[in-house]
Parts: sequence; C-alpha cells; structure tokens
Amino acid sequence: MSIDQATVRHIARLARIRVSDEEARQFEGELSSILTWVEQLEAVDTNDVEPMTSVIEVDMKQRRDEVTDGGMPDKVVANAPERENHFFLVPKVVE
Amino acid sequence: MTNLTKLTLSDARDGLRGKDFSAVELAQAHIDAIGQAGQLNAFVTETPDIALEMAARSDERIARGEAGPLEGVPLGIKDLFCTKDTLTTASSHILDGFVPAYESTVTANLWRDGAVMLGKTNCDEFAMGSSNETSYYGPVINPWRRASDGAQLVPGGSSGGSASAVAARLCLAATATDTGGSIRQPGALTGLVGLKPTYGRCSRWGIVAFASSLDQAGPLTRSVRDAAIMLTSMAGHDAKDTTSVDLPVPDYEAALTGDIRGMRIGIPKEYRIDGMPAEIDALWQQGISWLQDAGAEVRDITLPHTQYALPAYYIVAPAEASSNLARYDGVRYGLRVPGDDITDMYENTRAAGFGAEVKRRILIGTYVLSAGYYDAYYIKAQKVRTLIKRDFEQAFEDVDLILTPTTPNAAFAPGEITDPVTMYLNDIFTVTVNMAGLPGISVPAGLSSDGLPLGLQLIGKAFDEETLFRGAGVLEEAAGFDAEPDVWWA
Amino acid sequence: MNERAEAGRQAARVHGATGDWEIVIGIEVHAQVSSKAKLFSGASADFGGEPNDHVSLVDAAMPGMLPVINEYCVEQAVRTGLGLNAQINLHSVFDRKNYFYPDLPQGYQISQYQQPVVGEGAVELDMPDGSTVEIGIERLHLEQDAGKSLHDQHPTASFVDLNRSGVALMEIVSKPDMRSADEAKAYVSKLRAILRYLGTCDGNMEQGSMRADINVSVRHPGEPLGTRCEIKNVNSIRFMGQAIDYEAHRQVDLLEDGGQVVQETRLFDPRRGETRAMRTKEEAHDYRYFPDPDLLPLELDQAWVDQIAGSLPELPDSKKARFVEQYGLSAYDAGVLADDKAAADYFETVASGADPKIAANWVTGELYAALNKKGLEIEASPVAPEALRDLLGLMADQTISGRIAKDVFEIMLETGEAPLSIVEARGLKQVTDTGAIEQIVEEIIAANPDQVAEVKEKPKAIGWFVGQVMKASQGKANPQAVNDVLRNKLGLDQT
Repeated sequence: MSIDQATVRHIARLARIRVSDEEARQFEGELSSILTWVEQLEAVDTNDVEPMTSVIEVDMKQRRDEVTDGGMPDKVVANAPERENHFFLVPKVVE
Repeated sequence: MTNLTKLTLSDARDGLRGKDFSAVELAQAHIDAIGQAGQLNAFVTETPDIALEMAARSDERIARGEAGPLEGVPLGIKDLFCTKDTLTTASSHILDGFVPAYESTVTANLWRDGAVMLGKTNCDEFAMGSSNETSYYGPVINPWRRASDGAQLVPGGSSGGSASAVAARLCLAATATDTGGSIRQPGALTGLVGLKPTYGRCSRWGIVAFASSLDQAGPLTRSVRDAAIMLTSMAGHDAKDTTSVDLPVPDYEAALTGDIRGMRIGIPKEYRIDGMPAEIDALWQQGISWLQDAGAEVRDITLPHTQYALPAYYIVAPAEASSNLARYDGVRYGLRVPGDDITDMYENTRAAGFGAEVKRRILIGTYVLSAGYYDAYYIKAQKVRTLIKRDFEQAFEDVDLILTPTTPNAAFAPGEITDPVTMYLNDIFTVTVNMAGLPGISVPAGLSSDGLPLGLQLIGKAFDEETLFRGAGVLEEAAGFDAEPDVWWA
Repeated sequence: MNERAEAGRQAARVHGATGDWEIVIGIEVHAQVSSKAKLFSGASADFGGEPNDHVSLVDAAMPGMLPVINEYCVEQAVRTGLGLNAQINLHSVFDRKNYFYPDLPQGYQISQYQQPVVGEGAVELDMPDGSTVEIGIERLHLEQDAGKSLHDQHPTASFVDLNRSGVALMEIVSKPDMRSADEAKAYVSKLRAILRYLGTCDGNMEQGSMRADINVSVRHPGEPLGTRCEIKNVNSIRFMGQAIDYEAHRQVDLLEDGGQVVQETRLFDPRRGETRAMRTKEEAHDYRYFPDPDLLPLELDQAWVDQIAGSLPELPDSKKARFVEQYGLSAYDAGVLADDKAAADYFETVASGADPKIAANWVTGELYAALNKKGLEIEASPVAPEALRDLLGLMADQTISGRIAKDVFEIMLETGEAPLSIVEARGLKQVTDTGAIEQIVEEIIAANPDQVAEVKEKPKAIGWFVGQVMKASQGKANPQAVNDVLRNKLGLDQT
C-alpha cells in the first residue's frame, strides 16, 4: 500500500503534527515502504481467529467508589506552560 | 576506589553489608565514573546530590541493621520512568522541563529496598528506536568499539543509555523498558544481561507509555544474579495498574540453582532466518551444546507465525503510540510552541516537540486506526498476535524454555542504518516475546569476529521467570563471558 | 402502536407546501452516574469545586498515568440497563475515542464503542391523549466526561478546568423512534424518572448531570430517513420541545425551498429559541476507536447481574399498573404520578387516608398548580402529604365543603398550618344545621319573587338560589342540605 502526500497531510492533520513540504515528501516514501512491508500479513489465514484484546488472561480488577485523590490543583498545573488561578490557559476556542 | 565500579551488584550488596565500604563511597565512585564518561552521553540528567543523600541514608540504615535488599546500590534510571521532583523527558523535546509530582511504582519499589539514584539515562525518544539515535539529547555511544576499525558504535536501543552506563561501569545496574526488544537488544549489543519480564509482572504506572499492551520494565545488569535481585525488587502487583498481575513475587535469586538437568529446551526452526550471519548461527549452536552439556534435553519446535511478528508489531505498537502520545499537546506540561489558534498551537508544538522517528510512528499508527483501514491493519495484526501467542502456548506444552539468538547482528555504527524497515529488523528475534507477553532474557554469550559482544536469548512461560533465570544462569556459567570494553572515554 | 397513538403522530406532522413531513427524532442522553469518585480515578465526581481541585494525575493525563475502573459505576450501568429492560452484555470492552480538544487531556475519551455493557432495551411512554408509545433503546455504555473550557474569562485565552474530566457518564442511545417534540419530551422525562427510581443518576438537567443530544430529521411519511442534525446544549425538557420544533421547521423550509439539510452539530440558543450551526470548523471526524490497551475487557458474572436484578426497586411502569389496579386511577393519572417517584410517594401518603381518586385529583391538580406557581419541586412542598390527607379527611366527613377546602389549602400553602386548626380558628366548619339554613333560604325567597316565579318554570334555575345561599353563609352551608331545603321551600321535586 503506498500513500500519497495528500494522505500524509490528512493523517498529520488528524495527529495534529504540522509537516513541511519536505517532510511530507519524505514521509510519503517512508510510510509507503513500511505499509508495503506490513502487507505480508495478508498471507496469514486469520479466519476464525479472535483479535487479541489482552495478552494476559486475568480479570480486570476494579476500584471501590471512594474519593482517594485530587485536592492538589498546585501540582496539577505546576508544569503548565501557561496557567492562571489554577486554570490551564490555551488559545481562545470559539464554539 | 575505582575498583568499586567493577563489582557486580550482588558483590557490592555483600560488600556493603559486610561494611567493606560505605554506600557513600560506592556512590561517589560511580559519580566520578559518570563525570569522566561524558562522551558516552549515557545520562540525560545526572543526580549526584540525590545519590549522595540517598547513599548517606543507606549507610545509616546499614549501621542500624535495617538494610533493604538493594541497600546502597547505585542505579541508572531510564528517563522513561517518572521520578518525583527530578526532570523526566523520555528523551523528547516535547517533555521539556517536565518535573513529575510522582514516582513510578517500579522506581518507588527500588527506593523502598534501599537503592540509590545516580541519574536518568538517555534512551531513544519515547523508547522508539533500536540504536538510541532518536534521542533529542543526542545519540548514546557504546563503550565497545569495533576491533577492525575502532569505530564508535551504537549501544542498541531503546534503553541505550542504561546499557552503555552499566557496560561502562557507570552504575551497577539500570532500569530499562522493553516494548519490542529495548532491553534485550541493547543488552546483547553491550555484553550485558537484559531481562524483559512477563507482561504484568512489573507495574507500568509512572512509566511514560509507548505501547501499553507491549511495554514492560526490566533490568540491565552485568550478571544473571544481578538481574534476579533487581527483578525481585521491581516486580509486584500494583492496584494502580489494572494490567499488573496479583501474584506473589518469588525470591528470584533463590531460583539460580545451576541445575537444569532434565529441563526441555526448544529450538525454533523459524528463527534460522535467511541471511543470518554465520557467527550468530554458530553461537546459537554453541548455546545448544552448553545447555545439553548441563543436562538439558533439546527439542526442535515450530513457531510458525514468527515471521509475521515484526510487521504485526509495527501496526500494533504505532497504533497504541499514536493514541498514547496524544496527551503531549502543549497544554498541561512540557513544550508549547504558540499558534494563532488552538489547532495551530497543537500542530506547532507537536511538530517541534517530536523527532522524525516518533512522528513516523504516530503517523503510521494514526493511519492504521483510521476509518477504512482499521480492520485491514489493526484487527488483522491483533489476530496475528493471537496466532503468535498460540504458537508459544503449543510449544510450551513440550518445552520449558526456548533458546534463540538475541539479535541478527552485533552493534553497528551511528548512521549506518537509515532505512526504517532495516532498522526495525534488528528486533526480529525479540519482538515475538512482547507480542505474546512472555518473559525473555538476553545473556552475553560470546564475541563477534570484530570483538563485539553477542547475546543469546531464552524465552520462558508466562510468569515463570524462575525457570528463565535458572536456564540463564547455566548459560552464563557455560559461556563464561568476561570480556570488558577498554575504557577509552575516560 | 395503537390507533390513538397513530392519530397523535399524524397530528404532529409538519404541514408543508409539498405535503406532510414526519419528524424523526433519536436522542442520546448523557447521564452522570451518581458515584462519589470518577470512572477511572479516585478524584471526587462532585459538581463545583475550585478549578482543577477535583483532579487526579490520571485525570490530568500526566505521563505514565493509568485508569482503574470504579466498580460502583459498572454496577450502576448494569442496574440502569436492567431498569430499561435491556440486554446486559457479560463481556464488554472499553475503547479509546481519539480527538484533540483542550478539555480532553488524554487526547482520547475512554468509552465503549463496538461492545457496550448494555445492549437493546425499551421504554414505554404514556402520552397525554391516553396512547402509549414504545421507544427502543439502542445501547447504554460507560464513558468519561470531558473537562470544561471557559471562553469568557480572557480576551485571547480559554481557561481549562478538568474537574469534570473523567466523571462517569452513561450514554443512553435511543433508536430514531420518536415522531414529535411531545414524544421526545415524554421520553426524556420517562428516562429521568427511571434513573431517579434506580438512584443511578440524579437527573438534574440544569446542573448538567443529565444532558440530551437530539438528532432531528424530517421526511415525507414512508420515505427513507432524511439527513439529520444533532442539537446540543438543550438543558431542559421545555427547551427540548422548542429546539425540535424550530429545527424541524427549519429543515422543512430548507427542503421545500429546494435546499438540502447538511449533517452537522447545532447549538440551541434558549434566548432566541433557535438552533445554529457550531462556529468551530467541522472537520471530518475520524475518531480512530480501538480497545484501550490500559484496560482489560470487562467481564461480568451472570449471578452478580441476577443479584442486581433482584434488588431493583418498583419502577414507574409497575407502579403505574399498581396505581390503576389498587387505587382505580386512570392510566394517565397513574402514569403522571408514577413517573415522579416523589409525587408517587406523596400521593400514596395522601391516599392512605382519603379517597384515592380525589387524592390523585388534588395532587395532580391543586398541588401541582400551586407548586408550579411557586416554582417548587414536590419534595419542597409547603403542604406535607399528611396535611393534605387530613384536609381531604375534613372534606370526606363533611366538616368542610369542597369550596372551603380550596380556601383552607391556600392558607396551608402560605402558613403551613394544620387544616383542622385553620378550620377551627377561622370558623370555617360547614353549617349542616337545617334551622340556620332554612332561615337564610326563607330570607332569600322573600327578597326575590321574580326568581321564585322563574324557578317554578325552569327547575334548573335552582342553581342561582344555591349560589345565593352559599354566598350568604360565606360558603359554610352544606351544599346538599341547602339543596334539600330549597327544593322543599320552593315546592320542587326532591332529586
């Protein structure tokens, strides 16, 4: 499967990564070769095979409904590039 | 004092308990060694003050007779483990300045047992790489050099900083993580023991995630015994990680009986790949003989889907990574590059913050999960994964351990491999183990014709690290690998 | 679907220039699980709080943080599923829904996509015309709420607060089975009633613990489904009706003018009573769902599900049936009362000492009107159910007349006094003493010879005399006694 630059730009947009023209050209080739290489999986007969959802066979442990965390807004925002009054700040969003 | 850095972890532990030297002396010796090894670029962050402070407290506990199992043992910590109040970057620009308010469960377990932190080791960015060339903080250099041309080499990846640091005697052992071979492959390329435990054996809580269903923490050490001691401390159930398993942690060191008589060792024919260097094959045959000589029974086995593990991995791991790395968005921590609006800010931040390999994997992962491709790629790969796991389950009905080479080649020079797929092939023998969630260990077994270390890998049943260690101990003993790199960097 | 329901649905169609248009409505309700802690973290799920105070490192999506599921939330989802007569899936999977938004710290929402914990079910609606309509439930799944962005705090920045981030929601998806705003309103009311009975969600729409996204499309009857628009931001049942009517007419106008409906998300503006397209550029959504590798599949035990099923309270439909059976109420009255647990409980207290039908009339009539006027919920009624029961008792034993009872009720509403003390203190007891009534009657007959002549011709005009006597007695005279005395004195047949 080879992909074109428009596809590279589309998935880069989905992934929120700006790509330059040069990067788009480079990724076009690299991603195409990776996708071509993984296509060998088509040779595997996977009829009646369940896709793996968990590599270990144990039941998921559950937590009790107790408030055990939170109450530390200082720590939550401590690493934020922009913050004010314990809020995170981002460029204005218009809905 | 420099000889203190030559000790194995177990010898150092015994020396500390016997008060042959102090934890502060041991820490200082390693701090000095790190200070001279800047060329290796093994550390992203050095924490000598923390090390000396922790060592002083270890000395107090030793004096009080309260020494923990790892009391006073100085370690390197892969920069993927979040360390409270100490910069944690995953070797990525996008985590610039990130200081966690929390300690990963695995490192917390180590500190609980008395270990001392020397610093945060360099790695491939977000653990994505097989050569440690993708780090934002520059490549790590392997202490081993090629005999023929003296060329500097990569230490393997992604735990290259941890591997170089342990191999160069900058720390007694180091933590590492293994998603597709990131402990075992650098272990093999630097002459170390590298252990990837069973998925679920160590908590993933507080470890920067790459691919959640594959990531597992483990140690890089200079002996099998050291690996057993490290895992005994690192492992254990953690209520904060739903995928960690609630099983008791055995004393792995006690499993090293040296007796493998009657043990059944499987040799998978599918690992004899086209174009495998003769010296790798020869080493493998040598390994088989060693185990046979020790009384093990060797059996040919088949793991029919082996060749599909790597391509399936390069769908599953990037898919999970593309989602795991979505949180690096410039809002709550790390790098932010301003933009005209929120989307602009995201795109600028992530373009500047991620390196080329990370971007490649995010894009591949995004693509294989996107509408119209999900079934053909992701679901297909997860089905193949089921088949790979089934292969192992069937094989383990007849054998106790499986022996393979760790890597298809010895260490290579930086820049020598530029094609992504060729680079990915470095993990061809290790990645199956991650796909099946099994434990695997690489043991240094010999030198290449160019004087470089090579490893053999043992693969065990899920949660049977004890048998794995027992086999590895025998392999280590038989190989008698005692080569060391020349100290050219100091 | 009975005939009456079909007739109601036809009446709800939009009459356009090109014929009738059928409105097709499907609703996604997000109901916050009434848990103490969040779905995957131990931070508080309470409303409010200082910014980023109800936030754990997991909710803030710090590197290396992992989700651990809250068992209570799972139980409430199952309980709700059982209350909706729905299929409980013993094996379900949590998926990641991937998209970027500042109030979504992980860059994905943990939700359930292909394998939800609850499958198909149904809700039965009682319409005011007496018809019943069944609305199919497509699924119910658990998911995380997002944080909150405040856009009005700063000229160039939005403020992000993650207190809501990770709070457990049940998304309850209906089939596109509704055909009018009234059905949609009845559906959400009914759903809210069921959730409140089960105690799995408090159903508070103003606070946002229950939110409805409404999918609206129109078509000529019998045609395939039209293109739908999703209306968000509808935070009351009243607005829901406005939003649907506006949107349906907008789509009809658009189509009849030769235009096309564009599939989009629209916001309801309650001040204008209009919907408008969201200003954010709609990008092609590609959420890249895949199973969350940090979580294992959710496996439930049938015995555990059965245990929950055995512990369910009486739900609105069974209560309604019982009210019809036990108290002889009309299906509609029974439904109205049963849909509100507090009203049903109130009614049953009143009915414990009064005629049930009269009790029902008073609760759904006088009491509802009074509460409505005061803007109070029934839980906060100034007249306790025991007091209303006593008032109806005074009526039943003829201590007071029905008219006086209404006056007493008004006083009870204002003062909270007990009915008997009001009646006694104000001398409102009914006059049954025939002598006193006869005196009044005689005075009125003497003073109104014309009316006396008229009533002899038209016996029905007796009503005028009754009114005069009641007025003269300040309403205290027993109406039956007045009637008897009047007929006697006027020489009319006794009835």
